[in-house]
Amino acid sequence: MFLSFLLSACATQTSKKIDSQIQGDVYTGTDTVEYLADGVPDRVFFATNESVLTTASRETLRKQAAWLRKNPEVTVVLEGHADERGTREYNLALGERRANAAKDYLMTYGISSSRVSVISYGKERPVDSGSNPLAWSKNRRSVTVKAN
Amino acid sequence: MKNKIRLLFYILLILFPFKSLALIEVDITRGNLSPLPLAVSSLSSSENDKEALKKELDIKDLGLEISKIVENNLKKSGLFNPLNKDAFLQKPDIAHLKPRFEDWALIKAQALITGKVNFQDEKLRVEFRLWDVLAGKEMLALAFTTVPKNWRRVGHIISDKVYERLTGEKGYFDTRIIYVSEKGPKTQRIKKLAIMDQDGFNTKYLTLGNELVLTPRFNPTNQMVTYLSYFKNLPRVYLLDIETGMQEVVGDFPGMTFAPRFSPDGKKIIMSFAMDGNSDIYTMDLENRIVERITNHPSIDTSPSYSPDGKYIAFNSDRSGYQQIYVMKSDGTKVKRISFGNGLYGTPVWSPRGDLIAFTKLHKGKFYIGVMRTNGKGERLLTENYYQEAPSWSPNGRVLIFYRETKTNSKGEGFSAKLWSIDLTGYNERLVETETDASDPSWSSLLSN
Repeated sequence: MFLSFLLSACATQTSKKIDSQIQGDVYTGTDTVEYLADGVPDRVFFATNESVLTTASRETLRKQAAWLRKNPEVTVVLEGHADERGTREYNLALGERRANAAKDYLMTYGISSSRVSVISYGKERPVDSGSNPLAWSKNRRSVTVKAN
Repeated sequence: MKNKIRLLFYILLILFPFKSLALIEVDITRGNLSPLPLAVSSLSSSENDKEALKKELDIKDLGLEISKIVENNLKKSGLFNPLNKDAFLQKPDIAHLKPRFEDWALIKAQALITGKVNFQDEKLRVEFRLWDVLAGKEMLALAFTTVPKNWRRVGHIISDKVYERLTGEKGYFDTRIIYVSEKGPKTQRIKKLAIMDQDGFNTKYLTLGNELVLTPRFNPTNQMVTYLSYFKNLPRVYLLDIETGMQEVVGDFPGMTFAPRFSPDGKKIIMSFAMDGNSDIYTMDLENRIVERITNHPSIDTSPSYSPDGKYIAFNSDRSGYQQIYVMKSDGTKVKRISFGNGLYGTPVWSPRGDLIAFTKLHKGKFYIGVMRTNGKGERLLTENYYQEAPSWSPNGRVLIFYRETKTNSKGEGFSAKLWSIDLTGYNERLVETETDASDPSWSSLLSN
């Protein structure tokens, strides 16, 4: 009796923890995030099969754009990724679409397309090797990487 | 190219013409619940020939080894049950001249394969006979001459001839598989192109693993391969001649090209080109280098595959909102969605027989390999798993090879990728053994006919 109570409490806690890191299928945690500069996260996350930027993603990209405007000599590569739950070829296309969604947004905030290149890795380079919704949500991403 | 291969191999086919009223027939259209029991006798050779071949190839009894190749091939087809040699009553050399059919019937063999191996003028000469045990008749007799180092191929060709004689359809044993060899942690996989005989022997690595490589595919008419390489971090479709090792980028595209495949005549490569977030399908003619755009749609159009007559192209697109399979004419007109079942559909691959399209399906968190008719009707799911995709047809259209990835545990450990095969009937699912982890298999055409 006591044991089962403990177990169920534990399960609730875990799912709460995941819930707080995924909203509407999009990763909102900071586990894997690196920073281009103080307060400038390097990546944005996507929902399954989607390339739409969330409010949080747009905020991140505006910070990146501001940083890029301040550092006009910097060029970047946007690396688009997909999770493992899709066919390899479709995921390559999806990664490209995601990275371009991020690129388009940077461009609308005044970053020249000549400073931004794009590469898709599809499902080839996950950051989290887990086979669960949280891991997949971290892997559906576009990462802005300094190229010079 | 095909002539070159034929020349290299120099097969002398001596066909003893006869018509037999054989009783044996193997129906390959149904699940093979009772594979045909047959005896593959060791191929006999004189002591002198054995000695000479041992010197040449460092193999003690080549005739025995060739018979094992045949046994292994026929067993793995799921249609035949090769009997244990320990039970054989007749010696190989005598059986090859005149089998005592009662002896073979006694151990319940319905067919018998016998043969003889010679070594003369630096050439390996192999003859074999296929016998119908119950009718007491010879069904097939053939002889091959080749260079000794091709001895494994002799075993595969015998297997093909036996398969063809007993099923009425071409075999698929004298073939190779090109695939991606994988090593290392899931987050940083090292991938190399690898090629092996269909039975897993003679593995060779074609790239070093310095750059990511994906989705190699054979030219159906020769030994060229097209694949995706991230050389210099520029993902592009490449063309590779596996005989010479020469390779080149296909076309001059200002962005990623991927999902390549040859046209059935081997003269074009069809692939996707991604630009500004949109992937469309293009072809490039390998002779005149002319590039043609086939689709023009803001959705993702990828994984194109020609029909064997070259008149149609199957591909997947998310133009309906989700990944589904479409068929169009080869000029890009008359696009028609064919997959309407529940779930997502991808990687359509047209059967070499023309009547079916194999695909990958994702539904409720499970991946399936299945087939449907070219109009989308008659969907049949052959196998269900955590993750599997990318079917490739055997050249006779009877077997599919694909790859499967495992689910990792809570610590993210336990990832593996392996090749598997399954019959079109949905039976005979088998692990295809490879030296390393493996994915993206592509089956070659028959090397000899």
